[in-house]
Amino acid sequence: MAGHASKQIDAKTLWGGKMSPFSTSYGKLMMWFFLVSDALTFGGLLIAYAFTRHAVDTAWPIGEETFDSLPILGHGYPLIYVALMTFILIISSVTMVLAVEAGHRMDKKGVVKWMIATIIGGAFFVGSQAWEWSHFIHGSEFGKIELADGSQAVVKGHFGDVKNFTIVTSGHHHKKGDVIAAGKHGMTQDEMNHDYRHAVAEGDVHGNTIMLHDGSVATYVKAKNEHVELIIKGNGGEYKIGDRIKNHSKAAEIYEKVATSGEKNRVIYGANLQQNEYGPQQYGQFFFFITGFHGFHVFSGVMINILILFGAIRGVYHKRGHYEMIEKTGLYWHFVDLVWVFVFTFFYLV
Amino acid sequence: MIRDDIYEYSLDAHHDEEKGKKLRKKIYFVTILLTVITMVEVGLGIAIKQSDSGWPFVKWTFIALTLLKAGYIVLSFMHLGDERKGMRYVILVPYFVFLSYLIFVLIWEGLSVGESFPLTQGL
Repeated sequence: MAGHASKQIDAKTLWGGKMSPFSTSYGKLMMWFFLVSDALTFGGLLIAYAFTRHAVDTAWPIGEETFDSLPILGHGYPLIYVALMTFILIISSVTMVLAVEAGHRMDKKGVVKWMIATIIGGAFFVGSQAWEWSHFIHGSEFGKIELADGSQAVVKGHFGDVKNFTIVTSGHHHKKGDVIAAGKHGMTQDEMNHDYRHAVAEGDVHGNTIMLHDGSVATYVKAKNEHVELIIKGNGGEYKIGDRIKNHSKAAEIYEKVATSGEKNRVIYGANLQQNEYGPQQYGQFFFFITGFHGFHVFSGVMINILILFGAIRGVYHKRGHYEMIEKTGLYWHFVDLVWVFVFTFFYLV
Repeated sequence: MIRDDIYEYSLDAHHDEEKGKKLRKKIYFVTILLTVITMVEVGLGIAIKQSDSGWPFVKWTFIALTLLKAGYIVLSFMHLGDERKGMRYVILVPYFVFLSYLIFVLIWEGLSVGESFPLTQGL
């Protein structure tokens, strides 16, 4: 490349060996090497996920069925929330590249402005992911049920609120004759529903009676579940994977029978590392590990960006004569976006 | 003698306002493109169910669009497209060679494991 080598550069910018491989700086090249190794880690994780998915012969969760909720608005919005998260991350990547561009013009104000925008975007993303995790862990209103024939189904529909518990046998806390309802005893509607679901998961609901956490036994009044639909996810004697029980009243009846059977683990809500309502155990483990590892990268990226922002505000890079530091952190930040593009496809779309 | 060990150094990659305008235009173009691709993906994901007959096509469309997005992020946002050819290849070639091999091996193996050990009944 002798012909191109026209411009003499000052000794400071050359590497120790008086060379500059690929005519790039030491820091940038090392960042690239780090990113390649990190990309191999993520690649390995996602391929392990693909391996498991192909090795497990039961139904793998479907993105638009599993992730269909929005904060406040509730369920029935497939993929919208995660699309929003993706959009936020893409935009923060754009503001980062604009910061880099401002750096090339030695525009300190521009760099600071776009770095702040990037940090806000990143923080939004981490917060969104926290919500997503919380929702994933707590689960849907209905959970996953095991039918009488041994098949398993996820449930869609509108959950009927629990109106009240009337205590018939005293426990540690509630006394016989107490009527617990939303708005009384400091209970909210969500807490009423939560107590009911907790008892269902524990097998503490027998027909019309329910045992509450404190050991008290109560009768309960609950509104009917509506628009219930069952989607079979595990083979049983009667139903096979892919079957749907679309008849609302029949589906509601089946659900009711399972929920009030008084058997533990017939209904599973949410997810942990042992089991989850969405699909095979490994699905939950991979979800937590891969999105968690990515979320940790985003979190680190936000922290690094904050440090660099302080440097930019103090004029450290301006004095240096170049804003290469912004480019280097920018590389890391874009990488985080890049990984999310793949996580988005393989966890939510495919 | 012409020295071949001195190159223009990327630290000096300063540009003026005029070039900046051009670059920003390109950035906005890529932004809109990435957003549109994401919207198309979500729309397809909602419209076409995995049980539908068109699903395999949609699935491969998703993967192709993902690679397209990744390409734009790496080459444009990360400026790898503006680096020297040698650097581009040093980063991309080993990665793709290794990962394609790993994908091939593990999916093949996964299918085989799934057939040989149909034990994971239930969810």
